[in-house]
Amino acid sequence: MQNLGIRVLFMGNNFARLLGGLWITIRISLIAVALSIVFGILLGMLMTVKNPITKALTKIYLEFIRIMPQLVLLFLVFFGLTKSFGINLSGEVSAVIVFTLWGTAEMGDLVRGALISIPKHQYESGAAIGLTKWQVYCYIIIPQILARLVPLAINLTTRMIKTTSLVALIGVVEVLKVAQQIIEANRYTVPDSALWIYGTIFFLYFFACWPISLVAKRLEKKWKTA
Amino acid sequence: MEDSIDEVNHMAEQSILLEAKNIVKDYGQGRVLDDVSLQIHKGEVIVLIGPSGCGKSTFLRCMNGLEQIQSGQIVLDGEVITEGKTDWPSVRQKIGMVFQNYELFPHKTVLDNVILGPVKVQGRDKKEVTKEAEKLLERVGLLEKKDAFPRQLSGGQKQRVAIVRALILKPEILLFDEVTAALDPEMVREVLDVILELAAEGYTMLIVTHEMQFAKAVADKIVFIDGGKIVESDTPEKFFTQPKTDRARRFLNTFIYEKETGGEKL
Amino acid sequence: MDTEFIAEYIPLYVEASRLTISIGLIGIVLSLIVGLLIAFIQYFKVPVLRQIAAVYIELSRNTPLLVQLFFLYFGLPKAGISISSEGCAIIGLCFLGGSYMAEAFRSGIESVGKGQEESALALGFQRSQVVRYVILPQALSVSIPALCANMNFLVKETSVFSVVALADLMYVAKDLIGLYYKTDEALLMLVISYLIILLPISILAALLERRLRYAEFGN
Repeated sequence: MQNLGIRVLFMGNNFARLLGGLWITIRISLIAVALSIVFGILLGMLMTVKNPITKALTKIYLEFIRIMPQLVLLFLVFFGLTKSFGINLSGEVSAVIVFTLWGTAEMGDLVRGALISIPKHQYESGAAIGLTKWQVYCYIIIPQILARLVPLAINLTTRMIKTTSLVALIGVVEVLKVAQQIIEANRYTVPDSALWIYGTIFFLYFFACWPISLVAKRLEKKWKTA
Repeated sequence: MEDSIDEVNHMAEQSILLEAKNIVKDYGQGRVLDDVSLQIHKGEVIVLIGPSGCGKSTFLRCMNGLEQIQSGQIVLDGEVITEGKTDWPSVRQKIGMVFQNYELFPHKTVLDNVILGPVKVQGRDKKEVTKEAEKLLERVGLLEKKDAFPRQLSGGQKQRVAIVRALILKPEILLFDEVTAALDPEMVREVLDVILELAAEGYTMLIVTHEMQFAKAVADKIVFIDGGKIVESDTPEKFFTQPKTDRARRFLNTFIYEKETGGEKL
Repeated sequence: MDTEFIAEYIPLYVEASRLTISIGLIGIVLSLIVGLLIAFIQYFKVPVLRQIAAVYIELSRNTPLLVQLFFLYFGLPKAGISISSEGCAIIGLCFLGGSYMAEAFRSGIESVGKGQEESALALGFQRSQVVRYVILPQALSVSIPALCANMNFLVKETSVFSVVALADLMYVAKDLIGLYYKTDEALLMLVISYLIILLPISILAALLERRLRYAEFGN
């Protein structure tokens, strides 16, 4: 009996549907990562500013986002915003907002770390040849920190993909929801399909994240030795 | 020596403490040690010298099993220790070793560094060992540092503690692996003085060093190694004044040469 | 804000917090054990087990806890293996956390130089004694910040346990939102509950990290 369960994967377009579901979470992750990189660089720069109010605000933002489970943040945006402000957000949009907020905090901290590791004379020599503050950042500082940030950003992507699995809990029809639908539809014909379907999803996630982790690891090593 | 009569041979063997027979060490890219044989008699101080990378440190590390040998034999107290499964922990209690970078345990005080071996390895009474450790520390002038942590000591002090840490296990022979190479010049003396004292007391020692003056003073025999082979071995008097081989002569000359240009450049 | 509602339902949150904390704690302890075990396997280069550990680490680090839980809770019973909700939660947390703890221990062990091991061996220590007296004490103090960060991470991960039908904080909050539509109150209590649980851990971690960074042995 048990060996038969796997056939549910090949019935109809079930496997393609699962992949489609996975793509939803990956798409959310990619959008959130892209936005996080942009906002993260801005936040990181903001965090190096010496103004005490900016410092306190960014610190609170960072700590709050980091201390809360991502699922709580999802609930806050998905249920909270809808209720308090009457803004009706779809699960997907809520997810993009939450994961961007989270990714921005993570990236921001990394960027800040990279920024303060750049020697002071780099800023000074930039200013000495008459560049404005923005030009110093754009042409001198950011190109230097980018190389260090690449492996970290890639790492963030795998974390993001894993974490976006949570969107199933706010009703986004992604891979786990598709799985539930397939299992439900085949409840009588293939009673043990859950084992195979969830096992498959486990490995789908693995093969989505693993290569990215490997690349990140390799880049990190390369950067360390360089 | 080799064709001396059996009886003499037998006599000599009796006083041999540690013997390396045809040692071959190969990391896979050519031989680091190529058929090296050496006898160390009880009470003898042998100094190994040679250009860096010649294999002298590797030889030392093979003697207590930190490096595995590909072929050859090591004989300790008349017993072949490299046949079958060697009980290295008990062998190493008889062969003490001091390293170039001291390698004191940073999380333990000086006293704890010294007594850890006897207490944990030999299962001796802590009180008794502590007394002994304090005596030894006093001898090297570090008793007042017994509760300090290694990072609070100078390099020379650390190395003296490391020597005490090896001594307290009452080894039959001591290996010194370039123990002054990491030291500031003004600290070399305090460490070498300790070793000279040990030599005077009759300790058996195998020393790798770049300090030629020290080698001359401490050694009963100088062994010159180059390219993984023993090129020449002789008494220090003979070796330093009239080396037999061209290679040894050239090696000794580089020291003098270096000294001169060093002076000129300054 | 309906304060009466909040007062009425605080006990529910307390109960749920207790569940989160106890399962989190068990999961963390087990993760530490698994992590240390794997670090040893890697350090001693135990054949076969070492390869298994490597595969486990990659699987664990590259899949979400939620998916691991779905497999454990909904999948495995179809193969005749039924595990209780609590069991699934603990196994899942341990499966996830073990690899993270292992990495933390591993980097600590790697930070202890090869010379330390050799000098201990030269004193006649057995390999196991070298680990116990020389490597572990030094490695642990290096690992502590990473271990703390992992604990924090694992407690946060417990927030998905409602999917295996555990009445944890998320479950209670979702219930109150669904039943009474008291979204603001439910969410406020949710956030406060997690703050109460997680703030002390992260403050402690920050303190420990600072102490370890500035105070080495002998200061």
